[in-house]
Amino acid sequence: MSIEISAKSIQPVRLSYGNLKERFGDKKPASRYQEAVYDVQPTTNFQYRPIWDKDHELYDTSKTAIVMEDWYSFADPRQYYYGTYTIARSKQQDVAEHNFTFVDKRDLFDAVPEEVKQAAREILVPLRHVEWAANMNNCQITDECYGSNFSTVAMFNAMDRLGMAQYVTRLGLLLDGNEETSLDAGKQAWMEAPEWQELRHAIEDMFVLDDWFELMVAQNFVLDGLVFPLLFDRFEKKLTTEGGATIAMLTEFMDDWYKETVRWTNALAKVTAKESEANQELLSEWTNKWTDRLVGALEPVAVKAFGADGVEQLAEVKEDLLARLTKNGITGLKRS
Amino acid sequence: MSNKKNTVFLIVQDNEDARPIIEAVEQDNPDANIQYQPGIVRMERAGSMVVNRETVEEQIGREWDVQELHLVLVSLAGNVDEDDDKFELSWH
Repeated sequence: MSIEISAKSIQPVRLSYGNLKERFGDKKPASRYQEAVYDVQPTTNFQYRPIWDKDHELYDTSKTAIVMEDWYSFADPRQYYYGTYTIARSKQQDVAEHNFTFVDKRDLFDAVPEEVKQAAREILVPLRHVEWAANMNNCQITDECYGSNFSTVAMFNAMDRLGMAQYVTRLGLLLDGNEETSLDAGKQAWMEAPEWQELRHAIEDMFVLDDWFELMVAQNFVLDGLVFPLLFDRFEKKLTTEGGATIAMLTEFMDDWYKETVRWTNALAKVTAKESEANQELLSEWTNKWTDRLVGALEPVAVKAFGADGVEQLAEVKEDLLARLTKNGITGLKRS
Repeated sequence: MSNKKNTVFLIVQDNEDARPIIEAVEQDNPDANIQYQPGIVRMERAGSMVVNRETVEEQIGREWDVQELHLVLVSLAGNVDEDDDKFELSWH
């Protein structure tokens, strides 16, 4: 007697939700990212216009001068939705936590020269205020933007910034054996020291920008594109050569985070600039405006961080940023 | 299915983890024959077949180790040439 084993294939009735079928066709199953993020935001039947903003609907494409035929044409290349985002960050948090414990347990800061610690106090600790501002700005983008692809990317970014502000804070606490001295000094420097004032002014002007896409350009393209390479990369390398490798260990996350963030800002620049001539002009206008302003504002900080070399370092970082944005479709930038 | 003799194939499980790999094969091996069978996906091509790390990473949105392929691999035919950037099958 022979037994015949036959395999039966059961085809699913549909491969994904209707909204994704309309977008991507019905040929292959949608990715988790697509299912989690696309078209989540309501587009119609809003009840009343908010009294504090009578000219706009709750979600309104006219809150920015940028015009997109389809606001979902930008997709996050990291494909972050709640699950993937939290898993990725939790792994990084484990590493960071381990590094902090290690530095604390081995008293690694005892071996760091006092000048290096002082440089970290003066340059890195005030950055917690910059990170907090970045959190505010990205929350603002989340609130004003159109399309859930944008709001997820901005909200995750906002949470990251709060996390980084906390890492900087913990670094400040570790520097002084859990005393708040450098945090207080950092706050005072941020409020009063002349080298930080122009940057603080620029950031406070960003708080009140009306156009959320301009804020996106100013914060996530330009300011981050200058601060991270300049201070978390170049400045920390300088500290490392002077005996401050311990500090680099505690800000490892910022370095990784920036490399990751560049991927979606590049993708966003590319998609938006490609959409139309008008978008491309707006992007280059905003990039030029904020590069001028923020390079000027960061110059005293760069000089404080690198000494005479500071202006040169900042100019290189600026050149890298503009070259990258140009490559991703934002043409007409003022290169030196 | 062309010349049966030099055909290489790669069979993987039909699941969420394998999907970016299948899509990468589809992209990088234009004339590959991809058959969906119950539970598995069979990918055949005459001569050679390559899975590129970069293409899979684009699909998946994160860093991908070529060795992750083995987690969904069911069977294969061909001589394997594997390094950090690709997994390639061909007959020597």
